[in-house]
Amino acid sequence: MLSLTCPCCGITAEETEFHPGGEAHLKRFGPGSSDDDFEGYLFGRKNPKGVHFERWRHSHGCGKWFLVARCTATLEVFASYSAQTTTPPVDVIKAIKAKRPDWEGYA
Amino acid sequence: MSTRLSKGGRLIDRATPLNFTFNGKPMRGYAGDTLASALLGAGQVMLGRSFKYHRPRGLVASGVEEPNALVELGRNARFEPDQRTTTTELFEGAETRSQNHWPSLEFDVGEINDKLYKFLPAGFYYKTFMAPRAAWKHLFEPVIRKSAGLGGAPKEADPDRYEQVYAHCDVLVVGGGVAGLAAALREGRKGQRVWLVEQTAHWGGRTPVDGGQIDGEEAADWIKIALQELESLPNVTLRTRLMAAGQYDHGYVIGLENLGDTRPGADVPRHRLWRIRAGRTITATGALERPLSFAGNDVPGVMLASAVRDYVVNWAVSPGDRVVVVTNNDDAYRTALALLDAGLSVPAIVDAREESHGALPQVAKARGITVLEGRGIARVLGRTHVTGVEICMQAGEGGATQVLDCDCVAMSGGWSPVVHLWSHCGGKLSWDAEHAMFRPDPERPPLGAQGQPMVQAVGAANGDLQLAAIMAAAGLGAVSSDEAPMMPVWQMPAGAPDALRYKSFLDFQNDVKVSDVQLAAREGYESVEHTKRYTTLGMATDQGKLSNINGLAVLSDALGQPIPATGTTTFRPPYTPISLGAIAAEAKGPLFQPLRRTPIHDWHAARLAHWEPVGHWRRPYCYPRSGESHRDAVNREITNTRQNVGLLDASTLGKIVVKGPDAGRFLDMLYTNMMSTLKVGKCRYGLMCDENGFLMDDGVVARLSEDTFLCHTTTGGADRIHGWMEDWLQCEWWDWKVYTANLTEQFAQIAVVGPKARTLLERLGGMDVSREPLPFMQWAEGTLGGFDARIFRISFSGELSYEIAVPASQGRALWDKLITEGESLGVMPYGTEALHVLRAEKGFIMIGDETDGTVIPQDLGLGWAISKKKDDYLGKRAQQRSHMTDPSRWKLVGLETLDGRVLPDGALAPAEGFNANGQRHTQGRVTSTYYSPTIGKGIAMALVLNGPDRMGEVLEFTGTGDTRISARIVDPVFYDKDGEKQNV
Amino acid sequence: MSNAVSALNSERHEGFVTVSEAGLVGMITIRSDQASKPLVKALKDLGLSLPPKRGITEAGGLVLAWMSPDELLLICPHDQAPAHTGALEAALAKTHALVVNVSDARALMHVRGARADEVMMKLSPADIQQLPAGEMRRTRFAQVPAAFWRSGREEISVICFRSVAAYVMGLLEVSARPGSELF
Repeated sequence: MLSLTCPCCGITAEETEFHPGGEAHLKRFGPGSSDDDFEGYLFGRKNPKGVHFERWRHSHGCGKWFLVARCTATLEVFASYSAQTTTPPVDVIKAIKAKRPDWEGYA
Repeated sequence: MSTRLSKGGRLIDRATPLNFTFNGKPMRGYAGDTLASALLGAGQVMLGRSFKYHRPRGLVASGVEEPNALVELGRNARFEPDQRTTTTELFEGAETRSQNHWPSLEFDVGEINDKLYKFLPAGFYYKTFMAPRAAWKHLFEPVIRKSAGLGGAPKEADPDRYEQVYAHCDVLVVGGGVAGLAAALREGRKGQRVWLVEQTAHWGGRTPVDGGQIDGEEAADWIKIALQELESLPNVTLRTRLMAAGQYDHGYVIGLENLGDTRPGADVPRHRLWRIRAGRTITATGALERPLSFAGNDVPGVMLASAVRDYVVNWAVSPGDRVVVVTNNDDAYRTALALLDAGLSVPAIVDAREESHGALPQVAKARGITVLEGRGIARVLGRTHVTGVEICMQAGEGGATQVLDCDCVAMSGGWSPVVHLWSHCGGKLSWDAEHAMFRPDPERPPLGAQGQPMVQAVGAANGDLQLAAIMAAAGLGAVSSDEAPMMPVWQMPAGAPDALRYKSFLDFQNDVKVSDVQLAAREGYESVEHTKRYTTLGMATDQGKLSNINGLAVLSDALGQPIPATGTTTFRPPYTPISLGAIAAEAKGPLFQPLRRTPIHDWHAARLAHWEPVGHWRRPYCYPRSGESHRDAVNREITNTRQNVGLLDASTLGKIVVKGPDAGRFLDMLYTNMMSTLKVGKCRYGLMCDENGFLMDDGVVARLSEDTFLCHTTTGGADRIHGWMEDWLQCEWWDWKVYTANLTEQFAQIAVVGPKARTLLERLGGMDVSREPLPFMQWAEGTLGGFDARIFRISFSGELSYEIAVPASQGRALWDKLITEGESLGVMPYGTEALHVLRAEKGFIMIGDETDGTVIPQDLGLGWAISKKKDDYLGKRAQQRSHMTDPSRWKLVGLETLDGRVLPDGALAPAEGFNANGQRHTQGRVTSTYYSPTIGKGIAMALVLNGPDRMGEVLEFTGTGDTRISARIVDPVFYDKDGEKQNV
Repeated sequence: MSNAVSALNSERHEGFVTVSEAGLVGMITIRSDQASKPLVKALKDLGLSLPPKRGITEAGGLVLAWMSPDELLLICPHDQAPAHTGALEAALAKTHALVVNVSDARALMHVRGARADEVMMKLSPADIQQLPAGEMRRTRFAQVPAAFWRSGREEISVICFRSVAAYVMGLLEVSARPGSELF
């Protein structure tokens, strides 16, 4: 069972205090978008073995959403960071690169 | 014959005798005994019958690894099967019974299986009971089920208490042997928050039995000193009888503490499940001795060498008067010496190695014990107990060179580190050829949340089998006898023919033999995981603690590959079985689930309401009166609401306040209709869709002020919709100025419904509730009958209706007042079923009935609630997809049965033809169906192909069985189509 | 309002600690930018300073708790809650803020005794033993959300939703049963 740190209130707690929210950094496509873009937004999800970015809500805590960079294979957590960003921040990328030099980077 | 020795026994208290029974026979042991030592001390060698062949079985081990000596313990509600006698402490009055035999332990009909062993090989059941197919269910399975299995199942509810506890520490040390004590001392002195847990009732592990010196002290003394220091450290927590069952991700460890097993009926939790989050785990879980595979190695009286000396030293129990020791290593010589010290006879030590020159063999020889080198046991003589052994050359094929009389055999095939906790989360093992064992590979440990090593193995669990090496690794000096190299022996003798292999057991509990694993290899099983499942090796309750390594060595040999190439099966938690009670803990009976209660709950309960679970809420379904059926009660409640006035506890309805300069804009995105144009003081019904376009919730929105809205959601939707709002505000539109708060529970909400509703409220007084100033779809705030009230004129029934919200603390008082004041008006409470029928008569949809996660508002004729003016709302883009605009989507209609019957819920309307899977085409589905007392017949709502264009058409729907029910397609609004009643 | 009752009417159980419902308690949720000057001033007028992250400040029978980066909880006597709500609303009228009286949406329980921590350890996965005084811990209590803090010497206060008050009281009672002490 994972242990995560909420960057909003600073609490490190077990997984049962959080609620998972799927892949992070999705770009919303609304009316006027192409069928392909919209399909990708609705259904296209990465499923990497390795570095992954995901959404979590501190549902049994401060109630805030935040994002986590995590390895899906080893469950290592590289960083948890603000949900108010459209791409992973530089320091998060750096932290991942330090641990996973072979990682191809955020795309 | 086993017996209690007159002297010794470091763990027993002879001043405290304890009485117990075995198969009804009274026996006596001492405080400090396990059930196993007490039974053995009372002369009971044979303790059960084996799983498949019903062979007589006795104790093999003295600890958690015991495969055979499982008994039924206790009676009635405290009856429990498969209790391991070696780990169950003796208590006064314990009732034990042997398992897996009929009619008795001594005479068992099932023993016929042992004569049929050639016909019961690995995979026997798979191969034999294939056909005819029907015979499996009706003939084979019932018979096999009856004869298989171990103990019986309890038939009464467990009366005991169980609980769970969360603990946190920097370092968790598992295992209270000398390695664990040393590790806890080291970490404790550093000031770390340390937990040290030991599964037995005693500290020190094997060392007090095996002897040696630590740090200049006798081992037993050092253990006492170490414990004293640990107890003095405030940052160290020590627990015995706490078994660490599993190591999970990110330092999570589950442990089972036993508090009440020896005190049946005591007012304590029987078991406690610890949920420990540890920064690091140090696993000091020791090692387990392996059996040797020779014919008859399962006859009662054949035991692990370490167990034999445990029984002698710890409990002063002699497993036999004449004990033959058979070994491939030096350690087993300690058993022979312990037996001599206890005044028992050791006819010979049978050592598979050609030469034995180690320190311990030299002592044994000097004390006059015959050591037979290069020998093995060809077979064990005796059936219900050992009577002797045939000795042979280990390198040969089992020709007997001599026969030794004995009543016990102490065997040792070497030791395997207990690597479970290391392995559970991915720690890797390396093969140590010298000791023929897998040991933790420190280069490949399990990793924690930061990618750091999460588990460290020390002591025997790390593969250090000798005291001096264990303590040296802990930075302490120690003295123990040097041991010469062992010699791997996977079959005794090496060239044993089939007849011997058929009786050489690997897995005692599941009756898997060397010949079975070899058969599996011949039949093409190469993977150890497949072989395990085919032969059931290691699949019993002991999870292969004794059989695992021996089995995969035999498989490797049969496959002609080295052991590391075969590898181990996966180690999975729990290490030893955990009670279901501890897993459930407090979550049973009234605490099974959180029951949500409205402020008016107790009134409903006092009126014996029939409850309906709605999420975690309990809502009254109806309020049956004495002698009244539920259906009659529902009809009465509906009729009364239509004719007089009804009260509904609507407190469970979601109430979310949305406030801020961008609140209107935000709600325009969330709802399909326009909310930003709603005037202050007004209410509007709205629909919410997800990004797939599917309808997910509905409710009435009230504008409280220029920048504040109150959004009502469905009962089940309150938390979900609040979370949905916060998700969009935090993760997509975080620059919008909107705050939300879920006020669902702040208010009790009571719907006052029916033609006399206004009269009732006027009796309470304090607010003008007439059509002007409070028309339909408006709200007002004030003091109603002395209550702080907000009144919404909204209706889910088609009647004149007021929903009154008051602070939850005042809810019960308001309800009471409405009941009292309304008595002469015929006021009655109504439940959720009446609510459903009332809304269905009006054609109002219900989320979860008319919607199922695939329905869009357009399907339900709710196009009027979808704004055409808005560029965007959640779900809009999806509703433009081709499948969503397909004119052949099923649409909502009403149904009236021709004969007045009520259609079954979910009934389908068959259409002509069949699909590619040979299934009948359908053209419609019932979504809600009720008896309407207002209309006087069965009414329903349904989604039907081109439904709105087929008004008046009669469709056939599936009834129960093969019956069909005819129903006419009608307008879904059955009652007061123009809405005159709700608008008065 | 004389008709007002709390969820459990001050139900109380004696175990190895005492667990009791506190009766009616006032609670006000304040959602706002915590650095907002009108907010700081309004709190100052109540004698309260802004609590640090997860912290609690107290003054004159009022308790102010940090609940999330944009949420505070003011705990006060029940009958004062409407007045405090109104005053805060007025003070924050010109800023973007939400002030709501949530007194009746909640229940407050007291766990009193030297072994209060042991009861909490059975119900919440939080590291209770390391919870300092003056900190509000929002967490899970068995199957429901809860928040608690050290409200006195050998006293822990637990906030839960009103609808599950009986469930939480049941949990506390079972966990405090004599014979189940942990240490």
